[in-house]
This record gives sequence, structure tokens and C-alpha cells, in this order.
Amino acid sequence: MRSLLLISILVFTAFTTNGVQAQTNDSQTEQRIRQLSEKIRCLVCQNQSLADSNAELAQDLRQQLREQVTAGRSDDQILDYLVQRYGDFVLYEPPFKATTVLLWIGPFVLLAAAALVLVATLRRRRRAPEEPALGPEDKRLVERVLGPASPPERDGSAR
Amino acid sequence: MKRFLWPLAIFILLVGFLAVGLRLDPREVPSPLVGRPAPAFELPVLHQPDKRFVPGDMRGKVWLLNVWASWCVSCRDEHPLLVELSKKGILPILGLNYKDKGEDAQRWLKQFGDPYQLSVVDADGRIGIDYGVYGVPETYLIDAEGVIRYKQIGPLTMAILEQKVLPLAKALRK
Repeated sequence: MRSLLLISILVFTAFTTNGVQAQTNDSQTEQRIRQLSEKIRCLVCQNQSLADSNAELAQDLRQQLREQVTAGRSDDQILDYLVQRYGDFVLYEPPFKATTVLLWIGPFVLLAAAALVLVATLRRRRRAPEEPALGPEDKRLVERVLGPASPPERDGSAR
Repeated sequence: MKRFLWPLAIFILLVGFLAVGLRLDPREVPSPLVGRPAPAFELPVLHQPDKRFVPGDMRGKVWLLNVWASWCVSCRDEHPLLVELSKKGILPILGLNYKDKGEDAQRWLKQFGDPYQLSVVDADGRIGIDYGVYGVPETYLIDAEGVIRYKQIGPLTMAILEQKVLPLAKALRK
């Protein structure tokens, strides 16, 4: 009786673990499909990823992804497959190549240029002699308008 | 004075970029297939389902492959132009009936005229994916060696036909 119980338990666990394994495999596939389809633009509704889109083409392409993931193709192979047909535009992250150099490097070039300008401006400002608040010309003008400065008063305020 | 000219120059440059950007059509995705051999397929012919067609059958000819479907509204706009073109007999037109039902497709052709030398049936849209189809109608100009030379996304117009497709086809035939 006991052995029968043991056997039935063994058989049962064998079945269930089998089932669990198949399930994890499945969810891994699903996760890969999900990750891939988030990198891919739906060409029908261009501001949606393949994962978000319900366009018929998006469904077909997701089916393609599923088939290819199940067939054991790598992510790069699958993305290549799509790029060959729909062009780089299908990728949300454009590849780094001659035509996209400006796109990838441009912001850093701009940043560097801005930093250079900033440094140059700061240096020039520091090097420039500080202008006197009032030149002799200005002083003369002030005196002409306000009359000559009265020294006693100024002394008084200084003390 | 010079320090005010700089921002102005940058502003004008920016406006220039934006003006060009606004005129571009985001739906016109450059196809990587132009200049490459047309993807192979073997599909049943719409009117003779037991017969099969491969693009190799058109080798030696310059031809148009037009992707259409009876459910596609802009195909209806384009169709009279194709019918007219087929009457002139300048360029053989073949149809790729994309994700359609056989009866619907045949009824549609009966109603609007059949400009196609033949139509092949891509019922599940698989070949469409190989051709990078994402908005029916699409039209491919394929040369004698089976290389795609031009791709039109969306309906053909008289202007596109006269300015791009036909001159290119003429040049390719030489």
C-alpha cells in the first residue's frame, strides 16, 4: 500500500514538474517576444511599438517573432530579419553607421562646443582689466551737471 | 552687432531644418529592398488555384508587382490608373492579393476591372512581410534580372507613374 502511494506520488510529481518546466519555457519565450517587440516599431502606427500595436501587420509580425524565437533564432538574427525587409526604421534604436554618426555623436559635439565657448568666455572675462567705475571723462561730466563735489561732506560720510 | 547676428543665424538655420522636416512624409520609409533581388515565392494564382507562380517566370521582362486587396480602400482610388496602364500594354502588371478572401478578390476584380496579367494569392500575408509591405497598396518595379528598382508605398498616381515609374521602366528595358 505504502509503495503504491510512493509510486503514485512519484508519478504525480514527475508529471507536475514536467508541466512546470514547460510553463517556464513558455514564459521565457513570451518574455523574449515581449522584449523584442518593444524594440520594434509598428510600421502601420509609427509611434507605437510592435508590443503595443494591435494593427493586423503587428499581429502578423508578432507571430513571426514567436515562430522564430521558438525555432531558436537569436535576437540579432530576428532583428536582422526585420531590418532586411523594413529597413532600419523598424528599430527604435537606430544602428551606429555612417549615415547616423551625426545622430549619435551630434549632441556630444554640441555639448563639447558649448563647454569650449563657456571656458573661453570665462577666461576672457577674467583676463579683461576691470574697468574703473567712472573714467575721468565721466567725472568731468558729473561735475558739470551736479557742480563740483564738496569735500567736507564727503569726508563726513566716510567717517 | 556681431553678437546679435549669431543667434539670428542659428535661428534661421533651425527654421530651415524644421521647414524641410515638416515637408517630409513620415510614411515614406526608404525600403532596403530597392536594388536587391525580389524575394522569391511560390504562390497559387487567384483565378487558377491549382496553378502556381514564381517571380522567376517573369525573368527577362520589366514588370510591376502591385500589392492589393479587396478590403483596401486606397486600392480603389489607384485601380483605374492600373486598368488604364494595362490597356496601353506598356508594362505587364502582376497582382499580389494580400490577406484577402478568394471570392472577395475575384468579385472586386469583376466589379472594377482586372489590370493584372495574373494575381497571386498571399492569404496569410507572409510574402507581404518578405516584401516589407506595411500599407496596401504598394507597387514594385522589377527589372529583367529580377531586381527591385523602385517601390511605391501607397497608391500610384498619374504623376508618379509618368515622372518616375515609366521613365525608369523605359531605361531598364534598354
